[in-house]
Amino acid sequence: MTWTQYLAPLLKGAQVTVMISLASITIGALLAFAAGIARTSSNRIISGIAFVYIVLFRGTPLLVQLFWFYYALPLIGVSFDPITTGIMTLSLLTGAFGAEVVRGALLAVPPTQLEAARALNFSKTYTLWHISMPQAIIEMMPSFGNLAIQNLKDTALVSLISIADLTFQAQSMRNITLDSATVYTLTLLGYFIIALCLMLIVRFIEMKLRRGPAFPRSAHS
Amino acid sequence: MMYGYAWDTSTPLTFALSILPILGIGLLVTLQAAAVGYAIALVLGLVLALLRRSKIKIISWTVAGFTEFVRDTPLLVQLFFLYYVLPDFGIILPAFMTGALALGLQYSAYTSEVYRAGIDAVPRGQWEAATALNLTRRQTYRDIVVPQMIPRIVPALGNYLVSMLKETPVLSVVTVLDMLGLANMIGERTFEYLVPLSMVGLIFLPMTLICSALIFLVERALPKSGIPLR
Amino acid sequence: MNPIIRFENVTKRFGALTVLDSFNFEVQRGEKVTLIGPSGSGKSTVLRILMTLEPFQEGQLELDGISYHEPNGRGTFKASEKHLHKIRCNVGMVFQSFNLFPHMTVLRNVVEAPVAVLKMKREEAESRATELLRMVGLSDKKDHFPSQLSGGQQQRVAIARALAMRPRVLLFDEPTSALDPQLVGEVLGVIRDLAQEHDLTMLLVTHEMRFAREVSDRVCFFDRGRIVEQGDPDMLFSNPQQPRTREFLSSILGEQAPARESLRQVQ
Repeated sequence: MTWTQYLAPLLKGAQVTVMISLASITIGALLAFAAGIARTSSNRIISGIAFVYIVLFRGTPLLVQLFWFYYALPLIGVSFDPITTGIMTLSLLTGAFGAEVVRGALLAVPPTQLEAARALNFSKTYTLWHISMPQAIIEMMPSFGNLAIQNLKDTALVSLISIADLTFQAQSMRNITLDSATVYTLTLLGYFIIALCLMLIVRFIEMKLRRGPAFPRSAHS
Repeated sequence: MMYGYAWDTSTPLTFALSILPILGIGLLVTLQAAAVGYAIALVLGLVLALLRRSKIKIISWTVAGFTEFVRDTPLLVQLFFLYYVLPDFGIILPAFMTGALALGLQYSAYTSEVYRAGIDAVPRGQWEAATALNLTRRQTYRDIVVPQMIPRIVPALGNYLVSMLKETPVLSVVTVLDMLGLANMIGERTFEYLVPLSMVGLIFLPMTLICSALIFLVERALPKSGIPLR
Repeated sequence: MNPIIRFENVTKRFGALTVLDSFNFEVQRGEKVTLIGPSGSGKSTVLRILMTLEPFQEGQLELDGISYHEPNGRGTFKASEKHLHKIRCNVGMVFQSFNLFPHMTVLRNVVEAPVAVLKMKREEAESRATELLRMVGLSDKKDHFPSQLSGGQQQRVAIARALAMRPRVLLFDEPTSALDPQLVGEVLGVIRDLAQEHDLTMLLVTHEMRFAREVSDRVCFFDRGRIVEQGDPDMLFSNPQQPRTREFLSSILGEQAPARESLRQVQ
């Protein structure tokens, strides 16, 4: 086999990788906002649950989490197919890290803004969504970009719970051809290209947000 | 039975307690792998950061591209690359070293960024004062820049140490017998994965928390303006 | 007498902007020259070029007979680090933002360069430093860190630090511009004392006009990269010839009426 013949199966694997990554980034983002906002809540129980979730998933290794959900959980009757397990675990992990970013950005909104909102008698919820969040979102974007790339890299581990992603295909190609150098180089290049695309998407979203209603055009050069 | 320790699967608790010594041995491997990997990352990252500042465009661009490439590709694939490709070039390393090398390589891409940001954060006036006093570049780095850099880079470098600890289980994929590798082996033999895997998680949790706390203490102990010289 | 500093047709560009255009300037040994003028007129650039912090594109520059080009230089600033190192032995600089090393004690700030560059023994450097700190009135602060000192105190340490290297030429780049008004006097006092040194050549960029008049042998008014007018301070300040000089002086001196008080208090 020449190296061009490696491309087809690797491409199939890349499709799976992109699908899993986009799915878990999206769900992870939702979880991040949910848990991040919950952490700033004055309700002790909600804040506590979010805290436990964040500490649990940030403090333990992804691979351990994956194996736990895939091998250990079925033993108490709860089992999912590999892809669901993979997306679920990655979402929970990205969500936990994202929650800290959300929380940090919300806390970084100048307290004077909150005072002004208070003085105008806005409710806490209104303040959150119409005052804090629009200003915080811009702060979050660079970190979200990093988390997206990290998520992409983490998807490689799902190959170990038998999902046919890019790494899995690379492994099987390697076993067939024994041409490790070429196969893995192509795989690394594949991930790199996907990563660059992800970065462009994040930058695009960031640009769109900067032009949005929270930031009048005259404020930016 | 493993490493001379037998386990008792009668109740989850006895199971958990009986495999604790075995996991303890795995923990040692985890810590050693992280230690070696981190040492490599610290040194290699510094080399990369300094090369990146080279006046010769070819060197600085190559290093920049290489660093970005390593940062944006998965550790697992880099590990496979080193594990399978190095022997083809006659470099035969024990799996542990290959694993530590992969960790060191991936994290050197992160640490080089930390060093770069740290150097850039030292105010330009400091460089100019050093020039005005006719200090050589080496003296400037040694006495002026590096002492001021250190408090700024400790938090980021510390976080990467914690991250690296959490990525060591990936090494079990290339037959390194760390905690996860041993837990999986126990699981394979007993078909009981729940307890071993949960134990691994429960050991990692306080480990990372303690590590983060230690880093926070180091951060607090360092004066913000730099390592004091009298 | 050979001038200690000689600029000959020096041109300095920052990208498309020409800051100094065929600039000619001489300073005699022991002379105290003040450079005044609006921002961006090139006066700080002259100091920075002398201190080797900036290169220049055309022309010749000599300090105490040593050219800023190496013997094989071809018109651009091609001096090697070794050559620049030799030149810097004779020049020192006091910066607007002091630039003290924050992680070193006051004493260490002053002995750092003598020990590292002049290869002085630590004890000798420390006794010299103690003497210099006494001269600037800060002997009791030698084990303090810069963050524990006021701006005026930090700048006085910076002056001691520069003096520790025994430069022939000492450059002052707006030394009091970053200070609170009530701290300006203590720094000017130190500079005034230094001006009594016959062997020390001083180049001072400042907006403190009355001080400049008192301390300088010559004042040069800069505008847009050239010296528009220069001469004896009393003549220049009381009877400026050029319209641009008159314009500048009236706008600056009009604002400085309150400053008269602070300087008098110091005296």
